[in-house]
Amino acid sequence: MFRNFLGGIHPKDGKELAKAQPIEAMPLPSEVVIPMSQHIGAPCTPTVKVGDMVKRGQVIGTSEAFMHADIHASLSGKVTKIDVFPHSGRISCQAVVIESDGQDAWLEGLPLHRDWEKMEKEEILDAIRSAGIVGMGGATFPAHIKLKPSKSVDVLIINGAECEPYLTADYRLMLEEPQRIVTGTRILARILGVKETYIGIEDNKPDAIAALETACEGTGIQVAPLKTKYPQGAEKMLIYAISGREVPCGGLPMDVGAVVQNAGTVAAIADAVVEGLPLTERVTTVSGDAVKHPKNLRIRIGTRYRDVIDYCGGFGEQPDKLLAGGPMMGFAQFSLDVPVMKGSSGILGLTKNITAHGRERACIRCGRCVKACPMGLVPSMLSILGERQAYARARDDYGVMNCIECGSCTFVCPAKRNIVQYIRLTKGELRAEMAREKAKAAKEQGAKK
Amino acid sequence: MSEEVMKKPETAQDPVFTISSSPHIRDGESIDHIMWQVNLALLPAAVFAVYWFGIPALINMLVGIIFAIASEYVWQRAMGQPITAFDGSACITGLLLAMSMSPLLPPYMVAVGSALAIVVAKQSMGGLGFNIFNPAHIGRAALMVSWPIAMTTWSAMGDASGGVDAVTSATPLNILKLQGYDALVNTFGGQGEMYQALLLGTRNGSLGETSTLLLLLGGGYLIWKGYVNWVVPAVMLLTVAVLTWIFGPAGLFTGDPLFHVMAGGLILGAFFMATDMVTIPMTIKGQIIFAAGAGAITVLIRLVGGYPEGVCYSLLLMNAVTPLIDRLVKPRIFGAGEGK
Repeated sequence: MFRNFLGGIHPKDGKELAKAQPIEAMPLPSEVVIPMSQHIGAPCTPTVKVGDMVKRGQVIGTSEAFMHADIHASLSGKVTKIDVFPHSGRISCQAVVIESDGQDAWLEGLPLHRDWEKMEKEEILDAIRSAGIVGMGGATFPAHIKLKPSKSVDVLIINGAECEPYLTADYRLMLEEPQRIVTGTRILARILGVKETYIGIEDNKPDAIAALETACEGTGIQVAPLKTKYPQGAEKMLIYAISGREVPCGGLPMDVGAVVQNAGTVAAIADAVVEGLPLTERVTTVSGDAVKHPKNLRIRIGTRYRDVIDYCGGFGEQPDKLLAGGPMMGFAQFSLDVPVMKGSSGILGLTKNITAHGRERACIRCGRCVKACPMGLVPSMLSILGERQAYARARDDYGVMNCIECGSCTFVCPAKRNIVQYIRLTKGELRAEMAREKAKAAKEQGAKK
Repeated sequence: MSEEVMKKPETAQDPVFTISSSPHIRDGESIDHIMWQVNLALLPAAVFAVYWFGIPALINMLVGIIFAIASEYVWQRAMGQPITAFDGSACITGLLLAMSMSPLLPPYMVAVGSALAIVVAKQSMGGLGFNIFNPAHIGRAALMVSWPIAMTTWSAMGDASGGVDAVTSATPLNILKLQGYDALVNTFGGQGEMYQALLLGTRNGSLGETSTLLLLLGGGYLIWKGYVNWVVPAVMLLTVAVLTWIFGPAGLFTGDPLFHVMAGGLILGAFFMATDMVTIPMTIKGQIIFAAGAGAITVLIRLVGGYPEGVCYSLLLMNAVTPLIDRLVKPRIFGAGEGK
């Protein structure tokens, strides 16, 4: 049995809504809106112009910056607009609109049929880089950068925890297409040269565990059943649960010799390496009590939420919130015109019954947040310091920068305090302060010269 | 952003979505629910008080509750604050105050204590969550210095008929303090009888503190529901038991820990006051320090101090150092220093 990290919560998981729905390919939308920023790092610049004809898999956006992932056309057709459009993570962003020609033709030569076992390490990394793969659990960190750690690593962990309520996309993928995940995992294990490889899955998905155990036979990959508890899928918690190693404060997984990739990401990596296919679609859970027919859909990148929700029968009840991602860490959307992106693990429509909560009151010091915090922080104090704008004290005395913003504290708070929101405010102010100081120092340096 | 995109939504009947930062779901727990659960847990002992001490006990508890809630309501109205007087916390204060005092106390004194508890100890500090001291204890302490004689006048022992004649009797701890352990046992007619009386609550004392059994039932309920960590009352009781056993009347290790644990207001204090979320440390480690400290001070007052009972003052003293404990005792941050 694997370890149990301290803290955590047990929200009602809502997974029953979409869990039994097999992955279904959503029909091609008439047009897609493909944002130029779908990853952590520098946004891409369009490499096409209005009027260009593009094929599926063709690069339509790239960047000179090291930290970026290329963007590809997700269907074939004509570029009709390049403009600023709503974006699920940053409100608005430049995007390329492609009108489908109905052909859905791949770029010439795709897909390939390669034997990855005969490929060189550099060749594989290049295939992953040019496929524009990012962390598909929602973090959207460019995969090829994560796979070239600057420190030696000995354990690879595939994140199949899917601890966010309502989301079942990874679950369906593990259940229906375990072979893709195993292939992708073996590819990563080889290029990283790790000694141990695990696929971590919460024990509320016994059928997915069984499917992967069968698929992993003889590969040396171990399936790790984990306690069902949010945030089991948080990178630091997952590494601790499986390997017993604690990522140091301010550190990265590679500091303890670990690399973590999401289950959906490794499936995309398998496609990229074996077939040379860029990331142009993903499995997304469309669910929530406001959505008429919850589904797990294979959706082209750039498909508008409007089209996705319509395909699921529209809203059966008045939604209060439209979410990109899960209810614990997802982003509330103001418009149905935001497009599906590489990191879109879920699209949720939730009614007031689910989202409503009482008025915020003063902290009664009940300590529930302290018990729930997986990082060993004192969230109540951080919320109070944030409220009083005592940002430096929150950092120096209470370690606010260690917060992973999982929201467990806020979930359990009986006073309905917006704890993690105060923490985000604090962290934002501290980062801005740091940036200001850096700019000031640079200016002074410049003045001296 | 281009005007065409942002200005008009594609369809007019799009729902208007609420925008806020995550998390978007909360669990069902609320302050009101927690507070009323604590009131519920006090109910068995309160009902027993009416059975054992009669109608005056009922009147005192009702007066305590009504004046606590009314003071809070009037204060909040006067200050233009949102009204939270009915969230159950003022009810706990009034009830606990009445339960921790003699059933013979004139109701107007209970009313004054309740009002002081709410206005001075709670609302003037900023209301629920900001009070440093347990309001009920501040109320009790204020009455103790204002009407010391009335506060130490007890009903006749074992008078189950409910008729309260103003015979000045004494609580078990009083007898212990003034006449010694042997006299105490004789009052009950034997050690076994004494333990039985303490367990069932058929003895003299503050009106809500006598029934060890029913207080344990209420406390057990709160532990089962997860509102109270069992460690806190356990540490406080254990500290008292060990120290009273060591420092016995006839030299080291001759004490009667069982008596001391069940006597006075210790059970009430350990389960319902040392666990008052607002006024104790937030971390388990801090709470253990708090409980051990409260237990030790209780013993100090009982065995050495001038008062027969020390639960109230020991908790108030530990309330005072709670901010300090919280500052010094923090959980270990994940990834900091020694990993397992």
